Amino acid sequence: MELMFEKWAGAVSVLNIGATKEEGGTRAKTIQIGGEKTLPFLFAEGALPHKPVIAFEIWDVPPQDWPGEKDVLSWAEICAKDYGAELLCLRLQGSHPDFGNKSAADQAKLVVQLLKKVSLPLVILGCGDDTKDNLVLPACCEAARGERCLIGSATQDSYKTLTAAVLADGHNIIAESPIDINIAKQLNILISDMGLALERIAVNPTIGALGYGLEYAYSIMERARLAGLSGDKTLACPFICFVGQEAWRAKEAKEAGIEQGILWEAITATALIQAGADLLVMRHPKAIEKVKKYIGGLFRS
Amino acid sequence: MFIIGELINGMYANIGRAIKEKNKAIVQKCALEQVNSGADALDVNCGPASHNPLSDIQWLIETIQEVTDKPLALDSSKIEVIESGLKVIKNKPIINSTTADSQKLEKLIPLAKKYQAKLIGLTISSKGIPQNKDQRLELAALIIAACIDHDFSVEDLYLDPIVLPVNVAQAQMKDILESIKEFKIISEPCPKTIVGLSNVSQGTNTRSLINRTFLVMAIANGLDAAILDPLDSELIDAAITADLILNKQIYCNSYLQAYRKK
Repeated sequence: MELMFEKWAGAVSVLNIGATKEEGGTRAKTIQIGGEKTLPFLFAEGALPHKPVIAFEIWDVPPQDWPGEKDVLSWAEICAKDYGAELLCLRLQGSHPDFGNKSAADQAKLVVQLLKKVSLPLVILGCGDDTKDNLVLPACCEAARGERCLIGSATQDSYKTLTAAVLADGHNIIAESPIDINIAKQLNILISDMGLALERIAVNPTIGALGYGLEYAYSIMERARLAGLSGDKTLACPFICFVGQEAWRAKEAKEAGIEQGILWEAITATALIQAGADLLVMRHPKAIEKVKKYIGGLFRS
Repeated sequence: MFIIGELINGMYANIGRAIKEKNKAIVQKCALEQVNSGADALDVNCGPASHNPLSDIQWLIETIQEVTDKPLALDSSKIEVIESGLKVIKNKPIINSTTADSQKLEKLIPLAKKYQAKLIGLTISSKGIPQNKDQRLELAALIIAACIDHDFSVEDLYLDPIVLPVNVAQAQMKDILESIKEFKIISEPCPKTIVGLSNVSQGTNTRSLINRTFLVMAIANGLDAAILDPLDSELIDAAITADLILNKQIYCNSYLQAYRKK
């Protein structure tokens, strides 16, 4: 029987996170995501040059509803040394007016300390309060100038300040849309109109955990990926998925013992990998271990 | 929609003069304007007044290739002119065009194969212009059969149903639109379809509106490509919107701009 292969006109763009000394930064290595020339894991049909990557989520303040370390710098070191993290995702939750209201200067200082403490590439997230993030994130962009971080998140209502900062200091941006492909596309156009190349955008399509809209997120990601592969460059950016955050909100994850929570996070992640996720932000080291093994298996054959 | 810009044609005064005076700037400006307005490829035609079309087409192609790498459609009814153009082309070539006459098919299909060119096939023959859908389908089948005989990929063939002016052949418009749809079912894999759009409005005083309306109707019937004036921005907007309605691209508020960005 003859196998029919699809010929795609486009490819997912490649995003580089982290800059080494040669590239003007201080990171030990650069992480590349994206670059797919076909749908997930159809190896016979096209190239899938980069494996999905997992970023360990760490917070600047101790999280209230999930266990984390008290001190973010030692937390980062544990991820790097004990768990072999490739990438860290720092959430600056403490900037939020309700979670400590830390100043832009303090947060920028923290970013500098973190960059000194570990040599992993960084994803840096705001606290979700637009007004505060628009003060804090530009200061952090400047503090990490040249390190080519991935910074987020830009939304349709608030993208200009962050885009300008990312552009000025040589970083990449996360474009977040509320499980809405039309807004995802529009936001990418708005950001690229400001002069930031589409190749420097990672799309956060917003996901739901297992049992909480996972299928819907999957269908949106699949549709965007099909458009990107068909040649629509405005939808050909790699995906970043906040798996830990969504999975650990599920009552099935929180209320039936830690093992079920770990499974909830791991299964949400593997399903999204099949939808085309390029970068997964996760929380539990055991869930991360399971998903890493799964990714290894996909790329072994 | 694959858009081929029609404006580099010696029939137009500015291009005719540019060819005569070998003024590259005029041709290059015209090429870039079309590309920036959404053209995926450019038609290249020396026009009827050219005294030396064999060298004029080469000059045009070399001039355009200096500023864009978009595919070029070599437009001539003379096989020698097309062959002369193919000798200097670096961009992807499109041969515009063959008729359903065997003496043309026998020469142009091997040329298309040799230069890995797409081929536009007009459903017309030395017997004249087809008068109805059946005649168009018969000529289309002849062209497809010749391609298959020469082992030329039918997916690289663009069939043109011959669009006539609406004020001359109003009764044929429905047949022309239906032909676009039915060309697709002659073979598997199916050929692509194309129209030379501007002819539909020849001699009327609402040219832009007639072009635009016909194009949308043709797209609804499955049209793949058109040779048209890409500087008519309302025409391009209509084509992009028709593609959108057929779910060929994903909606966003700036979809017109997004398409032109591609």
